[in-house]
Amino acid sequence: MQQIINFILRYKNFLLYLFLLTISFALTVHSHSYHRSKYFNSSNWLTGNIYKTTSSITTYFGLNEENKKLVEENKRLHTLLFNLKKEDSMQLDTANINYKVIASQVIKNSYGLPRNYITINKGSINGIKPDMGVITSNGILGIVENTSKNFATVQSILNTKSRINAKIKNTNHYGSLVWDTKDFNTVQLVDIERLVPLKIGDTIVTGASSSIFPENIPIGIIKKFDLNNSQSSYSIDIKLFNNMAAIKSIYVLDNVQREEIIELEAKTNNDSQ
Amino acid sequence: MIRNSYFINVIRFVLLILVQVLVFNKLNFFGYINPMVYILFLYWYPIKEKRQLFLLLSFLLGFTVDLFSDTVAIHAAATVTIAYLRPTIMRFCFGVNYEFQNFKLTNTTRAQQIAFLTLLIIIHHLVFFTLEIFSFANTLLILKKVLSISTATLILCLLLSSLFSVKKE
Repeated sequence: MQQIINFILRYKNFLLYLFLLTISFALTVHSHSYHRSKYFNSSNWLTGNIYKTTSSITTYFGLNEENKKLVEENKRLHTLLFNLKKEDSMQLDTANINYKVIASQVIKNSYGLPRNYITINKGSINGIKPDMGVITSNGILGIVENTSKNFATVQSILNTKSRINAKIKNTNHYGSLVWDTKDFNTVQLVDIERLVPLKIGDTIVTGASSSIFPENIPIGIIKKFDLNNSQSSYSIDIKLFNNMAAIKSIYVLDNVQREEIIELEAKTNNDSQ
Repeated sequence: MIRNSYFINVIRFVLLILVQVLVFNKLNFFGYINPMVYILFLYWYPIKEKRQLFLLLSFLLGFTVDLFSDTVAIHAAATVTIAYLRPTIMRFCFGVNYEFQNFKLTNTTRAQQIAFLTLLIIIHHLVFFTLEIFSFANTLLILKKVLSISTATLILCLLLSSLFSVKKE
């Protein structure tokens, strides 16, 4: 007994170091394998408020640019609206709405790490829940990962954990959108079969088999494509429409039917087992 | 005098975290270079203080930076490692002088100080990027990042440390 106590006393620094290192390792490994790291993220009260304060100062410097972007978007939406053929059949009844849209602002953006997260200034109090899709006026941005009362973190498409269903516009060839961490304006589309005809400049949009994003949200254009190692499918480099380094206004999409879809899928899985 | 040194360390702790997360984490020089200047806290921390407290403080420092940058606990792991290794590094850089009671960082030569800081930074970055990239298939990428970002961190740390250095009487 005496020897054990002596041992602990002699190596107390080393043991403390091992203890702290184990905590950090456990948390890190856990976050790599598990979908979300629930407590330790920048959506908490302290970090959220600090980011909010600084972003409320710095946003003033980009207001001009931001206004132009929003006017541009309004112009596009108005053009769509005025040229809609069957205006009478458009029923904006709440019963017919599939997606609710929540507008928000980015208060912290990151794009230099392998796993990037964006913090936004709306949280569960505004109806934001995990697994909602996030887009900008130019295209797709990511998926909500954690929420607190007033803030939420978004898993950016520039994140090695991100896998989003995407397709080539006007076709039914689906693949997964991933990121190889090399360039923050380029993402990769994998699992497109080699028989599919491709052209540089083709547009890539979100696919239909996701309950997070509606179909046909723009992502980017094909910059380069190669066959992968097994020569069976393409690996495509996509230049994003979004400038990931300068993102301010965003929209969070709430799929009203998502819970129903998930419930149904879970039930089907249970039945088939 | 003792109270004064505590006070200075608390201020340093808070200011270094704020500068790190609000300025240097947003730098993205060449798309990925974000210098980690908060290591200066470990460089400046008094030598004769209790080691357990130092380890805990370093963990807290790393963990707070982690919270801000959504990296879970990678900064914490790297910072705790250099905090634990600091006495060894000091003995290596300053020789037996470091054991003496009246040893001060300001009394050492410039070369020794730079060597000390460089070792702290390189070990920190090595642990950090190994954990961040988390695969040995990418050893080259890890080394590239460690080299480039260490250089940036070293330059900025040297600039900051000469800017806020304690004047020699």
